[in-house]
Amino acid sequence: MRIVVGQGSCGLAAGASKVYEVLLNSKNENDSFSVEITGCIGMCYLEPIVDIYEGDELVKRLVRVSAADAKRIAEAVRKGELSMLADIEISREDEEFLALQTRIALRNCGLIDPDSIEAYEAKDGYKALGKVLKTMSPEAVIEEIKTAGLAGRGGAGFPTWFKWNAARASAGDKKYLICNADEGDPGAFMDRAVIESDPHNLIEGMLIGAYAIGASEAVVYVRAEYPLAIKRLEKAIEAAMSKGYLGNDIMGSGFSCTMRIKAGAGAFVCGEETALIESLEGKRGMPRLKPPFPAQKGYNDLPSNINNVETFANVAWIINNGGEAFSAMGTENSKGTKVFALTGKINRGGLVEVPMGKTLRHVIYDIGGGIRGGKEFKAVQMGGPSGGCIPASLLDTVIDYKCLSATGAIMGSGGMVVMDEDTCMVNMARFFLDFTTKESCGKCIHCRIGTKRMHEVLTRITEGEGREGDVELLVELCEGIKDGALCGLGQTAPNPVLTAIKYFREEFDAHINEKRCPAGECSALRRYYIDKEKCVGCSLCARNCPVDAISGVVKQPYVIDDDKCVKCGKCYSVCRFGAVKKA
Amino acid sequence: MCSCNHEKSDLSLLDDVFKKYGNDSGNLITVLQKAQEIYGYLPIDVIYHIAANTNSTPAKVIGVATFYTQFRLKPVGKHLVMLCKGTACHVNGADGIEKAICEEFNIEDGGTTEDGLFSLKNVACLGCCSLSPVMMIDDVTYGSLTPEKAVEILHGLKKEAAE
Ligand SMILES: Cc1cc2nc3c(=O)[nH]c(=O)nc-3n(C[C@H](O)[C@H](O)[C@H](O)COP(=O)(O)O)c2cc1C
Ligand code: FES
Repeated sequence: MRIVVGQGSCGLAAGASKVYEVLLNSKNENDSFSVEITGCIGMCYLEPIVDIYEGDELVKRLVRVSAADAKRIAEAVRKGELSMLADIEISREDEEFLALQTRIALRNCGLIDPDSIEAYEAKDGYKALGKVLKTMSPEAVIEEIKTAGLAGRGGAGFPTWFKWNAARASAGDKKYLICNADEGDPGAFMDRAVIESDPHNLIEGMLIGAYAIGASEAVVYVRAEYPLAIKRLEKAIEAAMSKGYLGNDIMGSGFSCTMRIKAGAGAFVCGEETALIESLEGKRGMPRLKPPFPAQKGYNDLPSNINNVETFANVAWIINNGGEAFSAMGTENSKGTKVFALTGKINRGGLVEVPMGKTLRHVIYDIGGGIRGGKEFKAVQMGGPSGGCIPASLLDTVIDYKCLSATGAIMGSGGMVVMDEDTCMVNMARFFLDFTTKESCGKCIHCRIGTKRMHEVLTRITEGEGREGDVELLVELCEGIKDGALCGLGQTAPNPVLTAIKYFREEFDAHINEKRCPAGECSALRRYYIDKEKCVGCSLCARNCPVDAISGVVKQPYVIDDDKCVKCGKCYSVCRFGAVKKA
Repeated sequence: MCSCNHEKSDLSLLDDVFKKYGNDSGNLITVLQKAQEIYGYLPIDVIYHIAANTNSTPAKVIGVATFYTQFRLKPVGKHLVMLCKGTACHVNGADGIEKAICEEFNIEDGGTTEDGLFSLKNVACLGCCSLSPVMMIDDVTYGSLTPEKAVEILHGLKKEAAE
C-alpha cells in the first residue's frame, strides 16, 4: 500500500506537511506501506488530501485530514481495515468535482510525485519528445499544433502554431524559447499548480517548442511569490539533464537545448511579453512598442517565442494523441480544454479543467457546487484586471474565446472569481483600478494618469461623495485609455469598470444618487439595523459591540444607535438568527 | 535619495555573488535578489557597490530596485507578513483582515511595528486563492483566515519571540 499526501501550496497551507510528518513518524520498520507525496489534485477546498493506493489503483481518498487523523490512517492501513476511515472519506458529491472534468494540461497533477522523473516517465513522459526528435521535422510539429488548434492560454488566445512558425521563419541561428510563468492575474493559480505538480510536463512541452522553432536556450520566468514551484522546477530540470532529456544531443538526436529559471521580482506588468523580456535583460519591466514582435526581435534582440505554462502543458499530449484528438474537443473557434481557477464565494473551490464549449453555469454549479451559504449568485469575474464581471443573466454563456469576449470580459488566463449578493460591484471596479494604478509601469501617460483619475472617481463614489455625471466621466476616461495606452495592461484596464457599468449600472446610481450601497459593502454608506421580528434578544450582538452602540433588554428586540455605530459589522457576523441587517 | 552613505555594510559578502553573476548586466535582478537575501534589504552602500561591480550606475540600479515590489530599501522586521489582497481574497474579506492586523499591532501597509517584530506588506495573490483570505509569513502560508484568526497567529509569533 502507498499512502500519498497532496503537497501543493494549498495543501501545505491547509496543513499537509504536518500530516505527512505524522504519517512518516507513525510508520515503523515492520510496516509494508510507504508514505509518498504528490502535487495538487485541484480540490483545494478539501485539503489536506491523503490518497491510499494499492499499486497504481486508488482505493481510498481521504479529505480534510488533520494531524490526528494521520495517526489513525497509518493504523488503519497497517491493520488492513480501511473502513475505520469512513468519516474522512471523500463524499460522492465531492467526487463529482473531478468526475465532471476532462484533464489534459492537469492530467498528472495530484497523481504522481512531482519530484520523481521516473513517475513522469511511467505516465508516457518524454515519449512525445522522443517521437518528435526521432520521427518529425520541426515543420511537422508546427503542423500538428495547427491541426490541434491550440491557442495561447496566457490570455490573448493567439494561435500557438502561428507564433512558432514566425519564430522558426526568423533569420538567425540563435533563438530563445521563453515560458511565461509570471501568473499575474490575482485569482488564477493553474500555472503554479502545473509547475508544482507536474514540472516535467512543462519541460517536455517547452523542449518540443524549442525544437519546433530552432531554439537552443529555454528560460522559464517564474514569479517570485511561488517559491515551491521554483524549487520543484529546479529539481526537475536537474533530473531531466541527468537523464539526457536536456542539454547536448538530446536522446541522441543531435538537438541540443539548455533550460534555466529566472525568478521575477514582483511586477504584474512583467507578465506582458515585451516587459518580461526587458526584465529578463535585467532592466525595469517596461513594455516595448510592437512591432517588432518578439518573434523577430525579442530577448537580447534575437528571435524569441513566449508561451504560457498551460499552453506548453498541452503540447506533449497533443503529440502523443494527435492534433485531431485535441481539436475534436471544443467549439468552432476554441479547441481543446481550458483550466479555470474557481474561487470566491463558491462551495467547491479549486482547479477545474473542462472542454471548451461548456457553459459557465456548468462550471459554477455542476462542478463548483454553487454559492456558499445558500446566497444568491451575483457575478463571476473572468480575466482579472484585464477582464470583467459576467452577471447571472449570462450564466449560460459558452466557454469559448469569442463568446466570452462578447460579454465584455475575456477568457484571460482562467481566473474565475465568483461573487454573491454581498459583493459591491462599484467597489470591485475600484479594487481593480487600485491594482492597475499600482502596477502601471508609468511609461505612457494614458495608463499612468488615466487609471489614477479613474481610481479617484471610483473611490469617491464608494465613499458617498459621487457626483452626477461621474459614470459618464468614467466611460469617457475608459475610451481614452483603451485607445491611447501602449500595452495590454493599459488597453484592458478599463474592462472591469466598463462591464460593471454595463451590467450593474443601478449600483452606481444608488451610490451616487441615494448614497446607498445595495450590497452593504461600502462602509461609508453602510447602515446596520436589527430586524425586530427576528431578534430573540440573546444580547450576543450587544456584548460584541466594541463601542456599546447596541442596547436592549434580554429576550426583547435590541436596537442599534446609529450615532454611536462605527459600522464594524461585528454584530452582523455574530448574530445567529439573521436578525442584524445591512442597508 | 541621500547618498551620503552612513550605512556600513560588510560588502565582502557579495564577492561570491559577483563571481557568479557579475559580468552579465542581464543578471542585475538576480544580484539584487541575492544581496537582499544576505542583508535583508538593500542598503544604499550595497547599491553603490553593486553598481560598481556590475558595470552599471547607481541610478540604474536604484531604478531597477524601486521598480520591483520585492526589493526593499529599508530594513524589515523579524517576520515579514505578506497579506494577500488579490481578487479572491478581496471577495472573501481581506480588507477586514488588514484592518484587524493594523489596529491590533499599530502598523500599516509597508510599515514595521515599533518593536521591530513585524513588517506588513500587501501583495496581490499568493496562489492559494481557494483558501482565501490568505497571508504568508516567512514562507509559511496561512489560509481560511478570519480577522480574529489572523491576529491570533501574529500574537502566537510574538509570544514565541518573547520566549
Ligand atoms: C498586463 C499583462 C499581463 C500579462 N500577464 C501574463 C501572465 O501572467 N502570464 C501569461 O502567460 N501571459 C500574460 N500576459 C500575456 C502575454 O503578454 C503573452 O501574450 C503570453 O505569455 C503569450 O503566451 P500564450 O500565447 O501561450 O498565451 C499578459 C499580458 C498583459 C498585457
Ligand atoms: S487572491 Fe489571495 S491567494 Fe490568490
